[in-house]
Amino acid sequence: MFSANKNPKRKKLKSSLPLFALTIPGLLYLLVNNYIPMAGVIIAFQSQNFAKGIFGGKWVGLDNFAFLFKTKDAWIMTRNTILYNFGFIIFGTACAVIVAILMTEISKKAAAKFYQNALILPSVISMVIVSYVVFAFLNSDSGLINKSILQAFGIPEISWYSQSKYWPFILMIVYLWKNVGYLSIIYMASIAGIDKGIYEAAKIDGAGEIRQIFHITLPMIKPTVIIMVLMAVGKIMNSDFGLFYQVPMNSGALYNTTQTIDTFVYRAMMQLNDMGMAAASGLYQSVVGFVLILLANWVVRKIDSDNALF
Amino acid sequence: MTELKTRGEKAFYIFAQIVIILLVLISIAPFLLIFISSFTKESDLVANGYSFFPKELSLDAYYYMASQYKTIIRAYGVSIFVTIVGTFSSVLITSMLAYPLSRKDFKYRTIISFLVLFTMLFSGGIAPAYIMWTRIFHIKNTILALIMPNYLMNAFNVFLMANYYRNNIPVSLIESAQIDGAGELRIFFKIILPLSIPSVATIGIFTGLAYWNDWINGLYYITEPKLFGIQNLLVRIMENIQFLKSGSAASAIGTVAVQLPSTSIRMALAVMGIVPVVIIFPFIQKYFIKGVVVGAVKG
Repeated sequence: MFSANKNPKRKKLKSSLPLFALTIPGLLYLLVNNYIPMAGVIIAFQSQNFAKGIFGGKWVGLDNFAFLFKTKDAWIMTRNTILYNFGFIIFGTACAVIVAILMTEISKKAAAKFYQNALILPSVISMVIVSYVVFAFLNSDSGLINKSILQAFGIPEISWYSQSKYWPFILMIVYLWKNVGYLSIIYMASIAGIDKGIYEAAKIDGAGEIRQIFHITLPMIKPTVIIMVLMAVGKIMNSDFGLFYQVPMNSGALYNTTQTIDTFVYRAMMQLNDMGMAAASGLYQSVVGFVLILLANWVVRKIDSDNALF
Repeated sequence: MTELKTRGEKAFYIFAQIVIILLVLISIAPFLLIFISSFTKESDLVANGYSFFPKELSLDAYYYMASQYKTIIRAYGVSIFVTIVGTFSSVLITSMLAYPLSRKDFKYRTIISFLVLFTMLFSGGIAPAYIMWTRIFHIKNTILALIMPNYLMNAFNVFLMANYYRNNIPVSLIESAQIDGAGELRIFFKIILPLSIPSVATIGIFTGLAYWNDWINGLYYITEPKLFGIQNLLVRIMENIQFLKSGSAASAIGTVAVQLPSTSIRMALAVMGIVPVVIIFPFIQKYFIKGVVVGAVKG
């Protein structure tokens, strides 16, 4: 408005270059951290020969993929990644919504802030610390569960780190312990946004607490729940590497229930030294993930375009 | 406040309180177990395992750690350095990229936004990234390996910042600065950046936590113990003590029996990892919660 007397086109040209200069460090980082590795997916179609340098790989077409999908690992890691994520989405969301409703109920209490901090604390520590916590409970020599709880009931000690059947439950509990407090923040914010007048009106009509929850709170936060769930579904091929690698102590006996795509990629690379296979698994994860995230975003946009990623 | 509660409301209020207190206990109890175990006498731990109610207390684990102070202080130093340098660089380049994207008159806005967005949708995976970082940039066993890969900037924070600028910086402010003859760079560094401190604090806290808690870059790129941060030290010591133990059990040869309070040391080390976060958390929790909410709503 103020610049109406200037040539608007010239001004735009003049102002774009300094603004562009600001973006250069960030763009360079994206180039290095994201785009060069994207181009690097070609190694999934090569057999790596490090003696010949980075570009010394021999083209092998789809051999890496053919080999990967012939192994039992491909099925196990895909199954585990998807099933764990489904479990996490269902139980994580349910627990977070319940905690959010209960926290909102007592939010006027002076101690509420302390409660909330305590519930969030597990989500701000590293997975390494979590692995120590789990170790304190489960290790066979001195773990609390074997030494105190099972002994008290006369149950023989269980070698937790070598029996894969227990780990779906263990990992679920660890996941919930670490993440529910954090997830509940989102739903508390959503509940806080509900018009208090609706509750007043419901009270006058004689609706009790439980009815208010089912007929007001839950329907009102439904859009947030749906969006959070869809976004999680878009990331269903990804897993928290620390949860599946460090918490089970990288124990080979547990791979059947702890191997996910991310841990497999790490093991293929660092333990088997098979870059081609690691890249192939990574590309498989990225491509399926890409399709899923586009689908999830498409659905979110249909429901509520404000919350769509793009 | 009208406190005319029905009986049902009261009952629900009490129920909510009981459940939340139980959950708070579940949240905190594992930390307490670690804390108490780190002060438990080694012989008690060997006999009875980790327990909330130890029979004998002892400072042995901490004495042992004090004797290893060089390693521990060094690890803290690495972690603190990486967190500060990484977070500072991250918020700077994130804001610098985000601000032009928030300007409607920026010519390359669409294309750059797309380039940023696309990194959220597709990734080349860690194998090509590993080869690039180690064979082109040679960051293995350098401090850069703990700063550069993954955490320096992410698309999500860029959009969060751009949104903040769009909604909180009036266009008239930029225009009047331009009339006063200020260039774009000057406007950004002298006016915009100081005004965006709340948002910078929010993304800074998440980035800082990510750096402080990171051990995966160390797992991939660091084999030199001198460059272990506190998290990688924890990873290594978990493996190392196991190694020590199995080694001494296997060899019945009466070598020097080093009395290593390994069971309690583990927990004392975990305490060292937890304490800084617990100390800082009350100061950052406001921004943390705000960040979670903003991130969830706009993401």
